[in-house]
Amino acid sequence: MRLALFADIHANRQAFAACLDAARARGAERLICLGDIVGYGADPEWAVDTVMDLVGKGAVAVRGNHDNAIGVPSDSMNADAQAAIDWTRGRLSAEQKAFLAGLPILREEDNRLYVHSEASDPAKWRYIRDTSDAARSMMATELQITFCGHIHRPGLYSMSSTAKMTSFVPTSGMPVQLLTGRRWLAVLGSVGQPRDGDPAASFAMFDTTSREITYHRVPYDVATAAARIKANGLPLWLADRLPLGR
Amino acid sequence: MQPGAELDGFTIGERVHRGGMATLWTVTHPGINVPLLMKVPLTSEGEDPAAIVSFEMEQMILPRLSGPHVPACFGTGDFERQAYVVMERIPGQTLYKQIDKLPLPYDEVRVICGKVAAALASLHRQNVIHHDIKPSSVMFRERGEAVLIDFGLSHHQHLPDLLQEEFRLPYGTAPYMAPERLLGVRDDPRSDLFSLGVLLYFFTTGVRPFGESETLRGMRRRLWRDPHPPRELRPDYPLWLQEIVLRCLEIDPVARYPTAAQLAFDLGHPEQVKLTARAQRLKRDPLSTVWRRRFNLGAAPPQPKSDVAVQLASSPIVAVALDLGEETEALNETIRVTAEQVLSTSPSARLACVNVLKLNRLAIDRSHDEQGQNKHVDRLVALQHWARPFRLAEGRLTVHVLEAIDPAAAILEFAAVNLVDHIIIGARQNSMRRALLGSVSAQVAGEAPCTVTVVRPSRLTPATDAGDAAADAAPPPPALF
Repeated sequence: MRLALFADIHANRQAFAACLDAARARGAERLICLGDIVGYGADPEWAVDTVMDLVGKGAVAVRGNHDNAIGVPSDSMNADAQAAIDWTRGRLSAEQKAFLAGLPILREEDNRLYVHSEASDPAKWRYIRDTSDAARSMMATELQITFCGHIHRPGLYSMSSTAKMTSFVPTSGMPVQLLTGRRWLAVLGSVGQPRDGDPAASFAMFDTTSREITYHRVPYDVATAAARIKANGLPLWLADRLPLGR
Repeated sequence: MQPGAELDGFTIGERVHRGGMATLWTVTHPGINVPLLMKVPLTSEGEDPAAIVSFEMEQMILPRLSGPHVPACFGTGDFERQAYVVMERIPGQTLYKQIDKLPLPYDEVRVICGKVAAALASLHRQNVIHHDIKPSSVMFRERGEAVLIDFGLSHHQHLPDLLQEEFRLPYGTAPYMAPERLLGVRDDPRSDLFSLGVLLYFFTTGVRPFGESETLRGMRRRLWRDPHPPRELRPDYPLWLQEIVLRCLEIDPVARYPTAAQLAFDLGHPEQVKLTARAQRLKRDPLSTVWRRRFNLGAAPPQPKSDVAVQLASSPIVAVALDLGEETEALNETIRVTAEQVLSTSPSARLACVNVLKLNRLAIDRSHDEQGQNKHVDRLVALQHWARPFRLAEGRLTVHVLEAIDPAAAILEFAAVNLVDHIIIGARQNSMRRALLGSVSAQVAGEAPCTVTVVRPSRLTPATDAGDAAADAAPPPPALF
C-alpha cells in the first residue's frame, strides 16, 4: 500500500492543497497526518475541516503541540507562535477544537509508529536534532519504522542491529529502501512552514510493499499564503519566513 | 543454502567463491537467460559486522546502477528471510590475476586504466563513489569495457551512507585508500582517482606506492609523504605517464584530475598530456616540504561538503568542432564567444578543439603522402591559433584533427570515445553547400550522446530560397539543443 505522510501543515491551505494533489497523483492510498494541523498559518478552519474529512474516510492523524495548545495553553511557545495560537483558538468551532483535542498522541500500525515529535516521551514535544535524539526515540519503541515531524527539516535515521546510528538528509524524489535488517526513523519536512532553506512544501510517500520512502518537494503559491497571514493580522515574520523557507 | 535449493524462483547451483564477507553461488532463473551469481553475506555469530553493513550498502546501491560498467542486478532478498543479491555473472577473471606478471608494458596499462577511468566516469555520473578500486574489483566484458564489482564500501550521494558512522576506522583496502579517507571524507569522487593512480603505479612499476601497511599509523603517512616518482624506479618511465600517475596521487584532491572523464581523456591521448614539473621529478619531495605538510595537517580550512553532481558539472569536457575552410572566420568567432561563455561558468572544464580532415572516398591514402601530412599539421596549427585567446591553463586544452569520410560520424565517435559532455558546433551558412553536403550540425545535434550547442553568426546573409528562409530566420544564435 502506498502511504502519503504529511507533517506540520500549520494552516497553510495553499501548501497542503498542493501536497494533497501531488500525493494523489502519485497514487496515495492512505493518508497519514503527523500533527500540527494548525498554528502559524491563516487557514486553520479549512485545514482542520480537510483533515477531519480525510480521517472520516480512513486517514490517520496524530496530535501535534500546536493542535494541543488550542485546548491546553502552552507556556513554552515563542511570542509569534503564541499569538498565532490565540488567534487560531478564536477561529475554530467547538467541533473543530474537540477534533484536535481528541487526536491520539501516537498511533501504531503494523510495524510502523506515527508520532508528532518523538517516541520516548511524546508529550514533551522534543525535537529530533541529531543521531542521539533519534536513538532515544528508537530505543523507546519495538516497531521497525517511526514516522514523525515537528522540526520542519527532513531527516532519515537508521539504527543497526548493533545500535550503530546513521543520519541522512533525503534527496527529493529519490526512493530509499528502508532495509529490514535495521530500524528507521523518518523525520518529515513541513508541509506549511519548511525551515530547511527550501520554501517548497514537503511531504513523503512510503510504499509498504517495496519499503521505499520517497521525500517530495512541491512548489506552491507562497505569495498567497504569506499575504493571507498578513491580511489576518498575524505576526509579520510568519509571512516573511515562508518565501525564505526558514 | 545448498545446490538444487530454490529461493524466490532462483535455483541454486554451485558455490564458486567463499570470501571473508560473502559467498557466491551460481543460480539460474527460468525467465533470465544470462549467467547469474547470487551473493550471500556471512551473517552468523562471530562474523565481522562489516559484512552485514557492506552487504546492506550493496543491496541498496546495485539495483540503482545501470550501464555496461556494472553487473546488472536481477533481484535482492532481505535479512528477514535470506539476504542475497542476484547479479549478472561477468565471465573471466579480475585484474588481480595479472599481479604475478607486473610490471606490465606501459601502453597495456594505459589502455587498461583508460577503461577503468571510463567506468568510473559512468559510476560517478550515477552519483556513486566506489571507494574500493583495486585489481580485484575490476573485470572486463568480452567487448572490452571495464566492469566494476563489489559496491559494499561505496557511497551513493542520494542514499543513506550506512558506513559513515558505523566504524571508527576507515574501512577499505589499505594500499589503495586515498588520504582524505583517513580523515573521514567519504563524499569526494576524486578518492577513486587516487586509488586508480595507485593501480596505475603498481601495474607499471611492480611496486605499491604506499607499501602494504595495514596499520592506521602506516596508512597515515600518505597524508604528508609523497611516493617515490616512478622514474626513480624505472629510468625509462614515460614522462606523460608519470605526469598522469603523480597527478592522480596528489595528496590534496583538488590537485588531482577533477573528473574520471578527464583522466580517461589524458590516458586516451598520451601525446597531448601537458607535462609539468611532476613529469620530470626524480626524487620525492624534500623533508622540509613533508614536515610542513605533516605539522600543518589541521591547518587547512575545512572543505565544504562536496556534491558529486556539482563537481562533475563544473568539470565538463567541451568539444568544439571547427570548420577551417574559407569564409568561416565570422562563424568561428561566434563559436569562440559561445565557448567562452561555457568555459567561464565551468572552472575545471577542458576544451578539445576538433577539426575533420575530410578524406576522399576514392583516394583514401592521400593523407599519407607528404601533402596530406602537411595539411594535417596545418590544421593543428590553425586550431591552436584559434584557441590561443582563451589563455587556458596548462592541460585544459587539446587539439585534434580527425581524418574521416563522414565528418558528422567522426565528431560523434570522438564525443563518445572521449566522454565529451558538451559539443559546440557551427551551422553551415552557405545553403548551396548545405544542400549538397547535408548538415553536419543537424546530424551531430540529433545523434550526440551529450548536450550540443549549434552556433550561427548573428548577422545572417539573406536567404536564397524559401526553404532556407525558415531555417535561417530562427531566433538569433546560439540555438541550444
